Amino acid sequence: MPTNLVNEVEKRYMKTDLPVVEPGDSVKVRLKIREGNKERVQAYEGVVIKVRGEGINKSVTVRRVFQGVGVERVFLLHSPKVESIQVLRKGMVRRAKLYYLRNLTGKAARIREKVVSTAGSGKGKGSAKAAKE
Amino acid sequence: MTLQGTIGKKAGMTQVFNENGDAVPVTVIELLPLTVAQVKTKENDGYSAIQVAYQEGKEKHLSKAEQGHFKKNGLSLFRHLQEFRIAQSEEASFQVGQLIAPDFLADLARVNVTGRSIGKGFAGRIKRHNFARGPMTHGSKSHRLPGSIGAGTTPGRVFKGLRMAGHMGDEQVTVENLQVVLVDSEKNLLLVKGAVPGKTGSILFIRPRKVIGGKQEQ
Repeated sequence: MPTNLVNEVEKRYMKTDLPVVEPGDSVKVRLKIREGNKERVQAYEGVVIKVRGEGINKSVTVRRVFQGVGVERVFLLHSPKVESIQVLRKGMVRRAKLYYLRNLTGKAARIREKVVSTAGSGKGKGSAKAAKE
Repeated sequence: MTLQGTIGKKAGMTQVFNENGDAVPVTVIELLPLTVAQVKTKENDGYSAIQVAYQEGKEKHLSKAEQGHFKKNGLSLFRHLQEFRIAQSEEASFQVGQLIAPDFLADLARVNVTGRSIGKGFAGRIKRHNFARGPMTHGSKSHRLPGSIGAGTTPGRVFKGLRMAGHMGDEQVTVENLQVVLVDSEKNLLLVKGAVPGKTGSILFIRPRKVIGGKQEQ
């Protein structure tokens, strides 16, 4: 049960420039990694299969198949270690949690792209068909 | 003049990030403003102390005697009173009605926090004393029963202090050595790492960590 004070404390540590990330999106996460004294940035690309938590606790699980092995990593979005997260492609999915992707490989594991609706684009196909007839 | 202790209210838990970028679980404590309600002097009361009042209340929350205690000095009404011992030489540095800032917290790395734990009601031995339960199946009926509480004719009684079911929680608990994550004197906030007793809104007593023996450190 977060109180106003807790929210205020969280706000100090939260990022304000995060993009909207939803399940099914393909994202690129740039992660700061410390090796000894050197700091470098590692990029990780994959599909968001889960968005969990609210506020400062919000995290995403990103899945990708790497060398035939499924890899899932959890990123705490507001962590300073996550330098940036970029949405490469919006996905069209009908679930909030895409666990079913774990059982699918290859072509079956593709996700349809969500076309950002502009005026009339959603009906385009249907009306063209109607005009032909 | 500073007191070696202050009062706060638990505002809840969350997590914040430290300089390494790691998430740290913290409890947010709202430090309450303390008003001096009475100065007890050696000659008058036999010992030196100040009585502080906190958390404003309404007339209906207080008894006539308590109301009179505040009205006598023209103070607003408070719900709680607490005493802090001071040195006799400090008696003159406190006045009734004075506000006390918890500035001793600024340079502390670790604190002890005292509060009342969440009441669990009448709890069985499993919850209260971490006993193991009996088998749930295979004909067993002793699922959460206490089992044997002692031998028979000898000794012919149950030993005192045997851990049994009873009231659990709602007692004073002190969590020691909590790391101070942040002190915001402007907003009167204190962030400590880890959990503290009680629910959100419960009253907490914050003191510097007590170092007994060993090396002295700040």
